[in-house]
Amino acid sequence: MGELNLAQLWSPIRLTIELAFITTILLLVFGTPVAWWLARSKARWKEAVATVVAMPLVLPPTVLGFYLLLLLGPNGPGGWIAGLYGARTLAFTFTGLVIGSVLYSMPFVVQPIRNAFEAFGDRPLEVAATLRASPWDAFWSVAVPLARPGFLTGAILGFAHTIGEFGVILMIGGNIPGQTKVLSVAIYDFVETQYWTEAHILAGGMVVFSFAVILTTMMLGRRYGQHGR
Amino acid sequence: MRESVPQISTAFAGTLGSFSLDVAFKMPMRGITALFGPSGCGKTTILRCMAGLQHLPGHFIVGDQVWQDSARSVFVRTHERPLGYVFQEASIFQHLNVRQNLLYGAKRAGNAPTSDALDFDAIVELLGIGQLLERSPVALSGGERQRVSVGRALLSRPRILLMDEPLSALDRMTKEEILPYFERLHQSLALPVVYVSHDIGEVARLADTLVLLSKGRVMASGPLEVLQTDPSLPLIAAPDAAVMLEGRVESIDETYALTTFSVAGGALVMPGRQGAPGAERRLRIAASDVSFTLTAASDTTILNCLPARIVSIDGAANEAQVNIIAALGADGSGARIAARITRKSQAALGLAPGTPVFAQIKSVALMR
Repeated sequence: MGELNLAQLWSPIRLTIELAFITTILLLVFGTPVAWWLARSKARWKEAVATVVAMPLVLPPTVLGFYLLLLLGPNGPGGWIAGLYGARTLAFTFTGLVIGSVLYSMPFVVQPIRNAFEAFGDRPLEVAATLRASPWDAFWSVAVPLARPGFLTGAILGFAHTIGEFGVILMIGGNIPGQTKVLSVAIYDFVETQYWTEAHILAGGMVVFSFAVILTTMMLGRRYGQHGR
Repeated sequence: MRESVPQISTAFAGTLGSFSLDVAFKMPMRGITALFGPSGCGKTTILRCMAGLQHLPGHFIVGDQVWQDSARSVFVRTHERPLGYVFQEASIFQHLNVRQNLLYGAKRAGNAPTSDALDFDAIVELLGIGQLLERSPVALSGGERQRVSVGRALLSRPRILLMDEPLSALDRMTKEEILPYFERLHQSLALPVVYVSHDIGEVARLADTLVLLSKGRVMASGPLEVLQTDPSLPLIAAPDAAVMLEGRVESIDETYALTTFSVAGGALVMPGRQGAPGAERRLRIAASDVSFTLTAASDTTILNCLPARIVSIDGAANEAQVNIIAALGADGSGARIAARITRKSQAALGLAPGTPVFAQIKSVALMR
């Protein structure tokens, strides 16, 4: 194939951005209460929960992918859920990818948000309570605004990490164009089949993207570091 | 038995780690009550329990409002208690500017009834924070921050104001700058204030009622004028012991620039023009500035020479000195003052409880 197939390039990019976007939203929705609980609970076993959340940092993606495959497959709970709407399995579906990505990127979102919640301690919340703010009110009017740098960092890292995901996706998503064939898998594919130009475009794009993400995160960190407290 | 005057009733008992607290006392519904004691005596814990930030068994009743009564399983959560709380260190919300900070509690308090006309402009004026409204808290000095937190607490229309060593994080200059604002609050608001402090200077300036604490227990509680001359309490034994007297400006001597104050049982003269006749002032007399004579001395440079009667003599001060409490007025019915004199002088004059004397007061200081 001599000329570029734009559709072949664009499809994984779009799919990846969609996946990262949905994953980031879900992580903010579900990760925030987890981060809040980890930051504020006095339960002894909370560090055990924190460890579970952080496991994807050290586990080989293939290990996580293997267990996810079992969970999402026809004989796991994922298969049971899929059965509710007449499908056989969640593995090798976009939904499956989202579930995998949420688990895999969880520590990158939860950790910065937890740190941000911990950084300001109990005091601002006590102050809010003495000023008639209910716990729910204080969470939104004090905790979330004060933890904004943590939310930003978490969202950026979660998004970026999902985009760079490979091993887990290979295990549970396979390589279905338009459904599970995301960027990193596409690059692998292009290289395997010696489509160097396409591989170059995607890989080069990722380099630029990663650079931008890390630079943005660092600059945000500096800005909040100077003015935030 | 219920007393007819509404008051604040406090009782907390429990342990926090290795610290045990067991206190019960009552406070009037107006004026400043100081919880006074050394670090670690439990005063901040009591204040936090009053606010519901901490939970120890007991009760806390403000007038007709029961905020906690463990016997009846009543515990009103902090955000449902109409109180104002000023924390030890600046607790301004960093993500809001000064105006937004001030309005945070006001917005949530709604139209709760309040005894004072505490509107925004009046509070801002009272605390002198008008120029700061649009500023970010980052740009405020320590003293400004504490003034803003006091204003924020007041604007939430509290029934009671709790202050936890609000000046302890400030340097001496800033304290001096902020104390007059607190005194103005005291004069213009009917709000009861509980003021935690380990600084006798602050207590002497601000407090009307005193709760003396030591190691999680109440040593004594009552009006400042009573406790400050109670020989069984450590206040009088302190090296810099002094008494506070409430005085009213009677007249100004324009020729010599002297102000005469009337106090219970006598009159005191102080250099300078200390306010318009009728103004209420708090005066401080250090025990070391008081001496006694048996006859009225006329050939002395000391202006204040008042008839008084010895109330008690406490020889426990040290080897050389005794602490004497005397009551002003020839019949000894006036305000009580304290004096520290040598044992030798006491013996020479034959001073004993009931002895009529003249109290020579070398200097009087104006506290507020």
